[in-house]
Amino acid sequence: MEHREGALGKDALTLWLVQSTIARGRVLDVDAEAALAHPGVVSVLDHTNAPILGQGVDEPDLELMVLQSTEVRFRGQVVAAVLAESAEAAREGAALVRVSYAEQDAEVEFGPDTTLEIPDKVNPDYDATSDDGDVDAALAQAEVVVDQTYRTPYEHNNPLEPHATTALWDGERLRLVEASQGPYAVASSLAPLLGLDVADVVVTSPYVGGGFGSKGMAHAPAMTAALAAITAPRRPVRLAVTRQQMFALTGYRTRTVSHFRLGARPDGVLVAIDHDVVEQTSRWKEFAEQTATSTRTMYAAENRRTVHRLARLDVAVPSFMRAPGEMPGMFAHEVAMDELAVACGVDPIVLRERNEPTVDPETGKPFSRRRLVECLQRGAELFDWAERPDDARSRADGVWWVGTGVASSTYPAKVMPANQATVTSCEAGEYRVEVGAVDIGTGSRTAMKQIAADALGVDPSCVQLEMADSSIGPATVAGGSSGTASWGAAVVAAAQLFRADHGDSPDPGLQTTASAADIPAAEDHALHSFGAIFAEVRVHRWTGELRVPRLLGVFSAGRIVNPVLARSQFYGGLIMGLSSGLHEDSYRDPRFGHVVTQDLASYHVAAHADIGDVRAEWLDEEDFVVSPMGTRGLGEIGIVGTAAAIANAAFHATGVRVRSLPVTADSFVS
Amino acid sequence: MRPFAYHRPADPAEAVALVAADPAASFLGGGTNLVDHLKLGVTRPGTLVDVTGLGLDTVEQTDASLRIGTNVRNSDLAAHPALRAGWPAVSRALLAGASGQIRNQATTGGNLLQRTRCVYFQDVTTPCNKRESGSGCSAIGGYGRYNAVLGASGQCVATHPSDLAVALAALDAVVVVLGPDGERRIPATELHRLPEEHPEHDTTLRHGELITAVELPSSPLAARSTYQKARDRASYAFALVSAAVGLDLDEDGTVRDVRIAWGGVAHKPWRATRAEDALRGEQPTEDAVRAAVDIELTGANTDDQSAYKLPMVRATTTYAVHRLLEGSR
Repeated sequence: MEHREGALGKDALTLWLVQSTIARGRVLDVDAEAALAHPGVVSVLDHTNAPILGQGVDEPDLELMVLQSTEVRFRGQVVAAVLAESAEAAREGAALVRVSYAEQDAEVEFGPDTTLEIPDKVNPDYDATSDDGDVDAALAQAEVVVDQTYRTPYEHNNPLEPHATTALWDGERLRLVEASQGPYAVASSLAPLLGLDVADVVVTSPYVGGGFGSKGMAHAPAMTAALAAITAPRRPVRLAVTRQQMFALTGYRTRTVSHFRLGARPDGVLVAIDHDVVEQTSRWKEFAEQTATSTRTMYAAENRRTVHRLARLDVAVPSFMRAPGEMPGMFAHEVAMDELAVACGVDPIVLRERNEPTVDPETGKPFSRRRLVECLQRGAELFDWAERPDDARSRADGVWWVGTGVASSTYPAKVMPANQATVTSCEAGEYRVEVGAVDIGTGSRTAMKQIAADALGVDPSCVQLEMADSSIGPATVAGGSSGTASWGAAVVAAAQLFRADHGDSPDPGLQTTASAADIPAAEDHALHSFGAIFAEVRVHRWTGELRVPRLLGVFSAGRIVNPVLARSQFYGGLIMGLSSGLHEDSYRDPRFGHVVTQDLASYHVAAHADIGDVRAEWLDEEDFVVSPMGTRGLGEIGIVGTAAAIANAAFHATGVRVRSLPVTADSFVS
Repeated sequence: MRPFAYHRPADPAEAVALVAADPAASFLGGGTNLVDHLKLGVTRPGTLVDVTGLGLDTVEQTDASLRIGTNVRNSDLAAHPALRAGWPAVSRALLAGASGQIRNQATTGGNLLQRTRCVYFQDVTTPCNKRESGSGCSAIGGYGRYNAVLGASGQCVATHPSDLAVALAALDAVVVVLGPDGERRIPATELHRLPEEHPEHDTTLRHGELITAVELPSSPLAARSTYQKARDRASYAFALVSAAVGLDLDEDGTVRDVRIAWGGVAHKPWRATRAEDALRGEQPTEDAVRAAVDIELTGANTDDQSAYKLPMVRATTTYAVHRLLEGSR
């Protein structure tokens, strides 16, 4: 689909970012002489000549206040940018810029001695702590206790398409073609800092090659492109963020340390759940991963306590990465549950059935749907769970130890407010439907067209869909597994109102704009999707290398709008979960403050040969408490629990318990 | 990137002359490593001399050897029937490297001259003695999962990334080199060097010397050889450790002769001659192989992040021997 503004690329200048090589301090000088002398270099932006941002804005987002001061807050921060006639000249110009600094001591990693604080809230607005009953007393009396620490590493989103921006300033309006999960979110975060109305920042994201959360909001590169465009009016400015730059500038998942204590009766029935999380944020912009929030909802126990404690460091700002919170938290919880199953001599599925709550343990509200046990049982059937030997290290096939493991999965259902859609009647029974949705490769364009056609009662071929453009109006991001439900609810509202106002055979040119109506029952229910993940793991008896020949997810995720797209999303989640289980690991060098495994040769993601037989199934259902389509959302649940299922299967194969991700060969070599 | 002159000479002598005359010149083969370095600023040559138009792209078999032109692509070589029959470890090593796309592009000589993937070597914002002599080694005390455990120095703990080079070191290959003063022949085990005080030099080649061919001698060892690689992904990952093993047994099953070389453990492919000596005349039992490996590993240096490499190289070598005894390659 061509976006409304047409292509912007003609006569473009290329922008290249210059990043700080210290973690904390001040820029003393940016020497651009050699860069400016290089053929093709047009200009060098730094804090002395960049357009001023954030005038009149209280507490501006420091991540977006690019080139506004001498302060260096993390290694890899944008400290200058080079505009040139070609990518080669821009890159060489950037290499020729000499930046001098006054360096200060920086704290870039956390350990036993780091000062920790409990934040006011964890992402997006959950309480940082919870405390019900008397956890310590219950643990002291519990007959079975699992008391272990689980770790997940720094992880970087790494969509195949790196971030990219093309920006054009025509003297009145700024136009951006942006690789984004939320064009309206980008426009509304950049506009005030630029002193512009949101309507005068037009952001389009016609095609996006993945995001995993890293494109859920504007990051510094997009603002740098906007600044550069203002200094070069009427010439588009192109910025392609390199893979290496993404490891500093476009978000990541914090490392997490989860101290878990489970207290149980000998039959495995939980009496206490204690989840203590230590993690980090940047000192200058807080993002507190909600690692323990899923623990509050998963299983019944009278005594439950969670706490998040945060180290504030001089580091790049962490951000949303697929299932922030649930992914690392459920790794810890579901490996701890497997350890409890072993300790009690209870089958892991039976253990989970015995701890199934009747209402949400956290709020006391009924679940709109909670079909975890059905997911586990259906998965057990599909995975031949009944054939599984009870004991670890009891099955071999040639040179491989063979084991299977299970973990529960969950993800909250969210419908974002503030979406609007517009329906316009056209000639020949066709309709134009506009919604500020964006398709980052999930197929949301197809899903929106289906939902619109269904709500209007016409064939999908009669719907012209316009999306991925901030000028359509307020819209939320393709994130939080909320896109289809949130945008779709607005589309349904606009279609229904259009029919009410204009009937079934409208004249061309009639138009209705509407936002989604609230669903009152949503307030009275706990809204979550659930799933069960099964993995078969083979561990090489000599080298310790791991393979996952089988991976299965069974999900209860509301109504499925499009089975082809849904299966692809579940597969993607399962594969990314496998990738986190076996591979992904960012190493931040504490001496420098930046991630040094900053390319896809040293930051491994799963490749084809790592993926075996991946299957996804879902339970047929509709959930009208969440959305008028009966959907709940399914973009993230596949990654939750998958790493735990793999670690549990590796234990079953070998008898070796790994409590830190990724699970690698060195734990098993003999 | 820095602008550079580009030449595409017509014959090897001209290529050698062009590079030999210019200290800032480099040969360019498939470009799968050098082009990355140009973008990242790891190397900034003033002149590139493209050798892919020189021919040197055939595989010739005689009774005694296989001669492989430097420009034979990795994928073509891996699939060559003569190589697969007579030197299976070399074919397996090639197929264990990189991806199908990269193997289609990469050349035989270029594969041997690829440079370490040490993350600090590739990050121009951190000190690295190999990239900038005298600046320091960031890998010591830094990210160490891929660091060397044998033959490292206080200047450099990088490992050589080639799989092919490990198989060639095991099977007594010879690297044929053309320089300004004519041709010379270098045993594959002497092509790469240990870092000592000069990690900026990966090899014993002099500036301007061009690899023109690799020769593999025929032997029963080579015909009964294999390459086993342990890595963090099932494909498309550099070796944690690897082992190339060739085995020649007497009728009673004792080891008449054996070749062992390791990858992922040192600045060069590590030919484990002490382990070979320990195994000659012995039954190649699992215990005997492990004991022989341990003799070679005397003097290994590890830290928390690289300690796993010793049990892993022991296991990988033992498994390679196991495969050969089972009759698989």
